[in-house]
Amino acid sequence: MDASVQSTKWERLIEPGRVHGSLYADSDIFQEELEKIWYRTWVYVGHTSEIPNPKDYVTKSIGPMPILMVRDRKGEVRLLMNRCPHRGNAVCVIEKGNRATFTCPYHSWTFANDGRLMGYAYPDGYETADKSKLGLGTVPRVSIYKGFVFASMAEDGPTLEEHLGGAARAIDQLCENSPEGEVEITAGFLHHRSQANWKFIVENECDGYHPAFVHASIFAVADSGIGNLYGPDSTAVTRDFGNGHTEVDLRPEFRLRDEPLSWFGTTAERLPDYVAKMNAAHRPDKARTVMIDGTPHIMIFPNLFIAEIQLFVIQPIAADETIQHVTALQFKGAPDFNRRMRQQTMGSVGPAGFLLADDTEMYERNQRGLATREPEWLYLERGVHRERRDENGYLVGHSTDEVPSRGIWRHYKKMMEEE
Amino acid sequence: MTADTQLLDEVSQFLYREARFQDTHAYDDWEALWTDDAIYWVPANGENPDPETEMSFIYDNRSRISLRIKQLQTGKRHSQTPPSQLARLVSNIELLGNDGDDVQVAANTLVFETNLRGETLWAMRNEYNLRRIDGDWRMAKKRSCWSTTTSHYSRCPS
Repeated sequence: MDASVQSTKWERLIEPGRVHGSLYADSDIFQEELEKIWYRTWVYVGHTSEIPNPKDYVTKSIGPMPILMVRDRKGEVRLLMNRCPHRGNAVCVIEKGNRATFTCPYHSWTFANDGRLMGYAYPDGYETADKSKLGLGTVPRVSIYKGFVFASMAEDGPTLEEHLGGAARAIDQLCENSPEGEVEITAGFLHHRSQANWKFIVENECDGYHPAFVHASIFAVADSGIGNLYGPDSTAVTRDFGNGHTEVDLRPEFRLRDEPLSWFGTTAERLPDYVAKMNAAHRPDKARTVMIDGTPHIMIFPNLFIAEIQLFVIQPIAADETIQHVTALQFKGAPDFNRRMRQQTMGSVGPAGFLLADDTEMYERNQRGLATREPEWLYLERGVHRERRDENGYLVGHSTDEVPSRGIWRHYKKMMEEE
Repeated sequence: MTADTQLLDEVSQFLYREARFQDTHAYDDWEALWTDDAIYWVPANGENPDPETEMSFIYDNRSRISLRIKQLQTGKRHSQTPPSQLARLVSNIELLGNDGDDVQVAANTLVFETNLRGETLWAMRNEYNLRRIDGDWRMAKKRSCWSTTTSHYSRCPS
């Protein structure tokens, strides 16, 4: 297929105001996404705080592919393919630990935690094998931004900083809320499976149109103050950073409230240790601003969702199957704050969560709905007439507008059209 | 009947009653089974992680149990609209301890659930602290370890 025919295919499926349902359901398209998105662009893998010590490791993934994130003896973070080069077995199936070597259980091939093949059982059976070429596969490019570890399976391409672009501001904003400037991922993950395409989930993360309806049940009984952020009168904005990154910027609402920690549903009086540490860490006016603005609500394409107090990693398994790995964010040096973040996160997310159980119900109904063929399209034009550029040139809209979905699909189309 | 078999019989009847309240969505009746200091815990990673530092599927105190039920009763809890059809079997009921105030009980439960998502078989090992208050048994703590956690609803990437 030549390039012009190829681009016609994506133009046929993705229009500025609507996308074709097959994009969420077709397994050939899913395979093509793996090659052109998941095994090409920068994908979030994990956080350096998950492997604080030499020889620590955790099992992670790039798309459906299992990998190991390890800290080698010298303290360097490495990403290794979890596949024995002999017969393809996983060399490690325990989710985390500390070990200098990985031994494949099938024929006892043993690898150093930098991936080198150290030895195999009954070596006299190999005469010409070149051990230096039989190590664990590695990820061509690894890059770390403020502890967030990203991987790209492409040898060349934009740097991580170029890929993140303006979205890096959100990670900066998140880290500023930590008294020591660092986020930690230490609370363990829930692994939440949905029978839905990964893009329904990515689009939902910055969809400010659904909370009033999907989450009406919890807003009705818990005085969380979240509901008003997404109402018709909200001053919050949706934003498209380009490169598929989107956010709901809630700062305008929090600035109207003008109360530190109101974003977190609490007050400075209730978290005195945290507030004292923040005041010591920043200039007082800066600390106040940071504690009013709070943390971001950003979907970093294609798989890192930072939802104020939670971190989600979205893992595509098949066209109709996705796992969300979710944990509470933790701030270094803020135990009082962290406890509250864990409690709120456990209440909100996972298959029993006040919020995510219903989001997941919606993703799965979306997916099942694709079987109905009339109409074949999904409609994305909400707020087209009121999109505008902000002071940095990014497209923004009302908090309930579909600026994020349109931004995601623009970037998706560009990636899928590239050879 | 010895004291132990009578206790086992009372406890078993209590667990069957809890199961019926759960199967029939009798939320108020189920809520009334909890003590004021109750903890309802569904661990996520292993059977006995520290719930004060690690994520659990559910780690509810009494007020959060109540909030969970209030949410269901709004009629807008989409994941339970329409409600699941449920039938569970409670078995392997065993008295683990009796310190005079609380009785520790283990039981296995198999739950068959049918809803819009399809059909699901859940398996769990439950441990209870039961307390007799004004002549009735109450749940002071329930830890529910789902053996379906890693194979069905959720899975590690490797």
